[in-house]
Amino acid sequence: MAAAETVAQIVPETYKWGFHDDEEAVFKSKKGLSRAGVAEISGMKGEPSWMREFRLKALDHFLARPMPTWGGDLSQIDFDEIYYYVKAADRNAGNWDDVPPYIKRTFDKLGIPEAERKFLAGVGAQYDSEVVYHNIHEDLKKQGVIFLGMDQGLAEYPDIVREYFGTVVPLNDNKFAALNSAVWSGGSFIYVPEGVHVEIPLQAYFRINTESMGQFERTMIIAEPGSYVHYVEGCTAPIYSRDSLHSAVVEIIVKEGARVRYTTIQNWSNNVYNLVTKRMRVEANGVGEWIDGNLGSKLTMKYPSVYLMGPGAHGEILSLAFAGPGQHQDAGGKMIHAAPNTTSTIISKSISKGGGRTSYRGQVKVYPGCRNVKSTVRCDALLLDEDSRSDTYPYMDIEEERVTIGHEATVSKVGEEQLFYLQSRGIQEAEAAKMIVNGFVEPIVKELPMEYAVELNRLVELQMEGAVG
Amino acid sequence: MTTQSGQDPLFVIEDLHVNVEGKEILKGVDLSINRGEVHALMGPNGSGKSTLANTLMGHPRYQVTAGRVFFKGEDIVRLTTDQRARMGLFLAFQYPTSIPGVTMVNFLRASLKAVRGSDVPVREFRTILKDTMDLLKVDESFARRYVNDGFSGGEMKRAEVLQLGILRPELAVMDETDSGLDIDALRTVAEGVTALMGPDMGALIITHYQRILNYIKPDFVHVLFGGRIVKSGGRELAQELEAKGYEWIAKEFGVLEGAS
Repeated sequence: MAAAETVAQIVPETYKWGFHDDEEAVFKSKKGLSRAGVAEISGMKGEPSWMREFRLKALDHFLARPMPTWGGDLSQIDFDEIYYYVKAADRNAGNWDDVPPYIKRTFDKLGIPEAERKFLAGVGAQYDSEVVYHNIHEDLKKQGVIFLGMDQGLAEYPDIVREYFGTVVPLNDNKFAALNSAVWSGGSFIYVPEGVHVEIPLQAYFRINTESMGQFERTMIIAEPGSYVHYVEGCTAPIYSRDSLHSAVVEIIVKEGARVRYTTIQNWSNNVYNLVTKRMRVEANGVGEWIDGNLGSKLTMKYPSVYLMGPGAHGEILSLAFAGPGQHQDAGGKMIHAAPNTTSTIISKSISKGGGRTSYRGQVKVYPGCRNVKSTVRCDALLLDEDSRSDTYPYMDIEEERVTIGHEATVSKVGEEQLFYLQSRGIQEAEAAKMIVNGFVEPIVKELPMEYAVELNRLVELQMEGAVG
Repeated sequence: MTTQSGQDPLFVIEDLHVNVEGKEILKGVDLSINRGEVHALMGPNGSGKSTLANTLMGHPRYQVTAGRVFFKGEDIVRLTTDQRARMGLFLAFQYPTSIPGVTMVNFLRASLKAVRGSDVPVREFRTILKDTMDLLKVDESFARRYVNDGFSGGEMKRAEVLQLGILRPELAVMDETDSGLDIDALRTVAEGVTALMGPDMGALIITHYQRILNYIKPDFVHVLFGGRIVKSGGRELAQELEAKGYEWIAKEFGVLEGAS
């Protein structure tokens, strides 16, 4: 095993999205945080006063709240050295031709316009702080489906946004949710009317370009009763010597009998702190699903949650984490059962290699009186060498007796016996290890639309390069 | 090393000594197999049968301390397991390992590609797979299952023989392929192996019991005892062992050593 390789040796070979554009920002805030700075962002966006007040209140909360001391190492984040708002383009285009050429080139390299043509119902693209492109199929528009940048959503549908904003993730939820609430910019706003099924996925693509940049997108999905939508997000960033911060908040409202699936393929470069709060509120007989793939970043702390608020609601989390050299993936999920007859499943698969560290951190909570709750948690960790690490932190908080709760955890090494078996059929060791890892992640990959399954397998293979020497 | 026919043997083991976790298990094994021959290696538990099988395939836990193993004229002791396989050596495992998430069909295709050293066109692969499955009376659904994952004992052994039929090695080492099989399953598996054998595929059948040899007729029978081959003969030796039991060997060649 090639354990001695440093991040610097590995990254340039395997991270194909590490290029960056020369900065041509229209506006770049001063580094650091202040009331004036927050008010300036709000002013530039021409926001209603309630949003400015919301931001300022959140800022106070952020400043008052101590840094979390659990999870990963956050001590190297210097909040005074971050650009909180970088505006790359003057407006949000509805046509790729109107996107500034240097930004368009980036998304071309990432294959986004092509993907839109081939298999997406709608696409959003965010570059640094602002959404630069947004488009949705005409027929969905006609059915009343809204898919906009969050800022545009606030401008065009202020009543809907105000009704739900901060209701699923309150501004004082945690320090990083407070930070996002103060300086948020961009993200997606999705509204699916009652009974409408969006059969093919909507995708947003997030790109950080500026060094020492903080990206704070805010996404909101409202699925009216009986509707369905699958939203997919992908993310990359250039490799800089200074770290960037990505701190998003995602709020999802799944109404009665509706279903929302949210898929993330997170592939930030290894100098990004990825500290994200994602939460769904699911009403009676609704279904909320998170498919969360974390392959990139320096440190990820992310625990997508499902609040099961109505009887018969179902929540599902499939979490996949891959930590290579210098990476720590602290991921997992939360299932909050606040109604009877609610069910949930958490499946977590993590892979650590070359000294990388993965942690599963999860919570299952059942409130008193929530009878017939069923919940299953399964965590499997795979270690590729002796230097890597995996931990499991399952929290169970069950206040009702008539429930069925299952928890299973396994840690395994890529086994000598498995390698020997595959090699005895002529397959070389490196190829054999890839097959074993791909098999390990298969339960998650098979849940993805084909294009993403192919992409995820490719990312896992890139991460595997150099894993066995 | 020259045989009656004047050809060099396909496979020659010379004075092979093997340690497992510091303990010597094989203490000088000699064996020679010509192309297309079927040899049976019999012996009681702990005699070193599985150690020999794993060593021949290059398992990293089995340490060769002395001796040589020639395959097609080349000493393979220092070669990796996958190199040996690509030369045409095959091991049917006594306890095959499961690989969850990897389907049989993908595994078989990757194996055939590796052994051939070139891509296998989809159409050709499908034909090979179907023909071999028909020959071994394996259900089509097998191909979509994960490698050995949740397989019954009989299914595992059938899967091993399926691999043998697809990879077509020049020498197949069969490690207790008969263990854990009921009489019907044994017949199916053994008939499958027999159908695959021929002038281009020889075998070393490792077994505790004689019963598999009722279906696969060996040209030679060897008895492994205490880490050495102590007796060799024709097919009749297997029957003699079945009739007299291994005690007879123990009396003739010394006290049974501790099982390993």
